[in-house]
Amino acid sequence: MITLDIVYIVVGLLFAAFSILSALDGQNAKRLRNTAFWGLLAVSLLFGSYLSDLANGGIVVALVLIGGLGGLGVGRPATTAPEERRESARRRGAWLFVPALLIPLVAVGGTLLQDHTALGAAVIADKQTTVIALGLGCVIALIAAAAWLRPPLLAPLQEGRKLMDSIGWAALLPQMLASLGAVFVVAKVGEVVGGLVADVIPMNGPLLAVTAYCLGMALFTIVMGNAFAAFPVMTAAIGLPFVVQKFGGDPAIVAAIGMLAGFCGTLMTPMAANFNVVPANLLELPDRNAPLNGVIRAQIPTALPLLVANIALMYFLAFR
Amino acid sequence: MLVLLGIAVVIAGFVARINPLLVILAAALVTGVCAAIVPGVTPAQLGQAALDTLAAFGKAFNESRYLHVVWLVLPVIGLLERSGMQEKAKALIGSIKAATAGRVLLVYLVVRQATAALGLTSLGGHPQMVRPLVAPMAEAAAESRFPGLSDRLRFRVRGYAAATDNVGLFFGEDIFIAIGSILLIVGFLDQYGVSVEPLQLAIWAIPTAIVAFVIHAARLVLFDRRLARDAGIEAPAGTGAAEAGQ
Repeated sequence: MITLDIVYIVVGLLFAAFSILSALDGQNAKRLRNTAFWGLLAVSLLFGSYLSDLANGGIVVALVLIGGLGGLGVGRPATTAPEERRESARRRGAWLFVPALLIPLVAVGGTLLQDHTALGAAVIADKQTTVIALGLGCVIALIAAAAWLRPPLLAPLQEGRKLMDSIGWAALLPQMLASLGAVFVVAKVGEVVGGLVADVIPMNGPLLAVTAYCLGMALFTIVMGNAFAAFPVMTAAIGLPFVVQKFGGDPAIVAAIGMLAGFCGTLMTPMAANFNVVPANLLELPDRNAPLNGVIRAQIPTALPLLVANIALMYFLAFR
Repeated sequence: MLVLLGIAVVIAGFVARINPLLVILAAALVTGVCAAIVPGVTPAQLGQAALDTLAAFGKAFNESRYLHVVWLVLPVIGLLERSGMQEKAKALIGSIKAATAGRVLLVYLVVRQATAALGLTSLGGHPQMVRPLVAPMAEAAAESRFPGLSDRLRFRVRGYAAATDNVGLFFGEDIFIAIGSILLIVGFLDQYGVSVEPLQLAIWAIPTAIVAFVIHAARLVLFDRRLARDAGIEAPAGTGAAEAGQ
């Protein structure tokens, strides 16, 4: 059976390959940093389950120091020329999309098969099924594409390394924020914030409570980069005690729209790296390192009116 | 109250534009140490609190390694790109006369939001769809309409491509009953003795989904006009771009 641990080994080996290829890349002036960074990530993926919590913490410190002070370089391994690419596109046509579409097909199909068939349940583990199926889809697509295109042996790894280098340290940010959230839970930060908000804002009527809840969700999401981290804090502080219990709002409506108000915050923050920074890096936007990069600037005019709409929707729907 | 210093560290680091990796680790350590401060605490105990916090951080880091599985797509995407996938996507859109950047992204918004609402969130995404297909297609549509498209506008089109993927995903997925955020809400409310059904939550995500679609779709329609105006202004008078900008 394919479990998450097996997928971690495959991803770990991929990062080990990125690390070794970086070490051999004479063009990259920061190649030793890239080697160490991707190498440490490979160690975490391959051996993290066997290491103590403190040793894993030590890996984090090393990754943060390498990625945070001085950063990584971007490898530029040899690749095909634009003319070759146009010629290949003409010759191979729309078939070029098939391996790329195979990935979501296997990810979705694998998840459904695992849920509904005995064979699927025997092949894919029932924890983190979609993640496992996604990994499986990538491996199948790579094998299919390599068998068809017959590239030089190292070409997929080199092309993958170039893309990974362009994402750089931002690849670590979502995992760091998830871990910070775990520390906040242990230290009971949510309860303290909740008490403070309730003390400062006078909850005189439902509109004020709804506005405070939705704005709180958006603002805390902007800080934490993740609405999932803001939801327990703000709902325990304002959503449940005031909007629901004091003013009689419907809990399903309040919670559903409250979460979506948080998503408006996700659209506006560089802390939500996988949604706002990773694409800016992948699309090579010149302002990718600015706090308000091109992706976030394209999103703010959607996010702000939508946040106001969420406040209005909650106010008019939850108290009928 | 002292534990709030961790949040202050995040905000201060953000304002001072220090690398977020450093800021987050510092915020975690500050939070953990501050939580241990009680009257009569010794420096050794605070040092121990820092180590305990680092261990808790390392444990959570290890448990969220699944976030890296998505990078397995990079070798496939890179291999297809070196074989001309972006060029093919551009040629395909260039041959459709009615295609504009705004319309291409509008079609993608419909597909992305509808499939996310059915729980098919892995059908899109930045490494697998936006970089190799959606952004090049939108760019090609803008190029065929405004020859000699400036880099400034090209990057603006790319930013809109990524934004459209995010908006479609965020405000589509919550309509599906088995998505992570819905399960989080159910579990959280249950702890407080409030019982809600996933289906109720999914239904009440629909009004916001409609508003999100209307707002973003309207912006995409206006985007074509804005591109036309800005391309007209940027191009020297009398060129094809200026004519297309009228």
